[in-house]
Amino acid sequence: MKNSRRKHRDIWAGLAFIAPNFLGFMLFLLVPVIFSLVMSFSNWNLMKEVSFQWVGFRNFFDLFHDREFWLYSINTVYLMLGIPVCIALSLFLANLLSKQLRGIVVYRTLFYLPTFTAGVALFVLWKSLYNPEYGPINAAIRWLLERAGTAHVELPSWLSSAKNLLGLHPEQIMIGVREFFGLGAREAIIIMGIWVAAGGTNMLLYIAAISNIPPDLYEAAEIDGAGSWAQFRHITWPQLAPTTFFIVIMGFIGGLQGGFEQARVLTAGGPAGTTTTLSYYIYIKAFEEFQMGYASAIAWVLFAVIFAITLVNWTFGSRKIN
Amino acid sequence: MKTAGKRSDGKGWKKVLIHIGLSGIVLTTVLPFIWMVLASFKPMSEIENLNPVPSRWHPENYPAVFEQIRFARYYVNSFFVACWVTFLQLMTSAMAAYSFSRIEWRGRDAVFKLYLATMMIPGVVTMIPNYALMVKMGLLDSYAGLIIPAAFSAFGTFLLRQFMLGIPTALDEAAKIDGASHWQIFWNVCMPMARPGLITLGVFTFLYNYQSFFWPLIMIKSDHLRTLPVGMLYFDGAYGKQTNVLMAASLMCIAPLIILFVAAQKFIVKGIQMGGVKG
Repeated sequence: MKNSRRKHRDIWAGLAFIAPNFLGFMLFLLVPVIFSLVMSFSNWNLMKEVSFQWVGFRNFFDLFHDREFWLYSINTVYLMLGIPVCIALSLFLANLLSKQLRGIVVYRTLFYLPTFTAGVALFVLWKSLYNPEYGPINAAIRWLLERAGTAHVELPSWLSSAKNLLGLHPEQIMIGVREFFGLGAREAIIIMGIWVAAGGTNMLLYIAAISNIPPDLYEAAEIDGAGSWAQFRHITWPQLAPTTFFIVIMGFIGGLQGGFEQARVLTAGGPAGTTTTLSYYIYIKAFEEFQMGYASAIAWVLFAVIFAITLVNWTFGSRKIN
Repeated sequence: MKTAGKRSDGKGWKKVLIHIGLSGIVLTTVLPFIWMVLASFKPMSEIENLNPVPSRWHPENYPAVFEQIRFARYYVNSFFVACWVTFLQLMTSAMAAYSFSRIEWRGRDAVFKLYLATMMIPGVVTMIPNYALMVKMGLLDSYAGLIIPAAFSAFGTFLLRQFMLGIPTALDEAAKIDGASHWQIFWNVCMPMARPGLITLGVFTFLYNYQSFFWPLIMIKSDHLRTLPVGMLYFDGAYGKQTNVLMAASLMCIAPLIILFVAAQKFIVKGIQMGGVKG
C-alpha cells in the first residue's frame, strides 16, 4: 500500500523534474525538426512579398538541378580531405604521449590548446598568418626557397586563390584542368583545420584507448622480438579499431555540417565560391535570401546523409566492438 | 596511462629522440600564438615588416581596441550570455538527469530514447524554425533570444545521466527513509556527488557558448548586443588592415579561455575521454 503511494508520487516527481528540460526540448528541438521537414515542401519565405504555397517535392527537384548545390557539395567533401590526415596525426601524437616520459602533461596541454581556443578570434589570427605579402607563412616559404636557390617560384596567395591541389576548375569542376593546380583557399582552411584539431579531442580519445590495451599483449610481443613498428601494426592498430571507427564517423558527421565559421571569417565563402560549404549555403539561402523552405530542403538532404552514416555506425560499430 | 607505463620504452637515446620530435610539434602548435602576441605589440608602421619581433614595443594597441569598437561591451555580453546559458543548462540538464537516473516513472525509457535519437540532428536543421520562432516571439535582437534556446541540451542531459548512474544509491535510500523529498535528495545528495560531471559539462557549455558564432550572427542586429565572435567578425571586416590592433583584440578574446583551460584541465580531459564531448 505504502509502496504504491510512493510509486504514484514518483510519477509526478519524475515528470516535475524533467518538465523544464522537456519543455525546451520540445520547443527548440523536436517541434522545429518536424516543422522544418514540413516546411521543406513549401516555398516558405520570410519576405512578405512571397505568398505561402505548398510545392510538393519541387525544392528537392530544384536542388537536384541546382549547380551551386553540387559545387558546394564538392567543396564540403574537398575540405573533409584534411580529416584523415588529422586523424593520422592524432594517432601518432597519442602514441608518443603514451610512452612513459617526463612532461607528458605539458605536451598534452599545449597540443590541446588550439582546439580549446578555436573560434573567430583564432580564425582572424590565421587570416593574418596567410597574408600573401606580410604573413609569416609566406615569409617562411620565401626564406626556404631562397636557401634552396629557387627564388623564382610563385608563392601561394592562399585565401584569395581558387587554386587547389586537385586542379579543380572553380566553375566547371573538370578534374585535370592544370591551370588551377596549386595551393589556394581550400588548402589554407584544411591546413588550419589540421593545426586546430590534430592535438585535440581525437588525440585524447586515442590516449584513453591506448591506455586500455592490456599490457601483456606488448610483453608477449616483446618476448617474440617484435619491434615497435610491428607492435604498433599488429597490436595497437587492431586494438584501436573501434576508437578509429568512432573518430572517423564523428569526423564525417562533423565535416559534412562544418565549414561555415571558418569560411565566413577567412574568405566569406570565396574566392569564386570555392570555400562555400553546404552549411554556408544554407546560411545564404535562409538568412540572406530568406528562402526558408528551400534552405530547409537542403538541411534535410544533409540530415539524410548524416542519418545514413549514423546507421552505418550503429550496424557496423556495434558489431566491431562485440 | 598506468598500464602503458609498464611497457619498456627502449633506450635513453630513443626517449631523447621522442622529446625532440614532441618539442618540434609543440613549436608548430605554439608559434602562431607567439606570433599573435608579438604582432599585437607592433606599432602601425611595422605591420608590413616581416620581422615578427617589434623594434619598439607598442602596448597602445590594447587600449586602441576599446576605442575603436565597443569591445568592453562585447566582452560583457559574451560573459553574460555564456554564464546564463551555462547556469540554466546545468540546472535543466541535472534535473532531467535526476529524473532519468533516480526516479522510476512509466514511459521514462521511451522518453530517454527520444532524447538519444535527437542527438545526431544537425544544428542547421533546427536553426531555421528556431529563428522563425524567435521572430514570432519578438526575441530577435535580444539577450533572451540568445539565452533561452540554448538553455536546454539533450547532450548535457545524457552526459549527466551517465554520471549520476555511477553514483551509489545507498545515500538516497537512507535519505528516503528519513523522509527526504526528491528535491532534497536531488539538491543535497545527488548534486554534490555529481560535481565533477557538472564542472565538466559546465566548462564545455561555457566554452561552446562563449565561442558561439552562427546563432548570434543571425539573431543580433544591434551593435550593443553583439558578442565577441560577431564583434570580431565586423572588426576584422572594417579594420582588417590594422593587424596589430586586431591581434590585440584576438588575444584578449582567447585569454579567458586559456585561464579556464589551465584551471579546469583535469575535468576537461576526463570529460572528453568519458563521453566524447562535442567540439
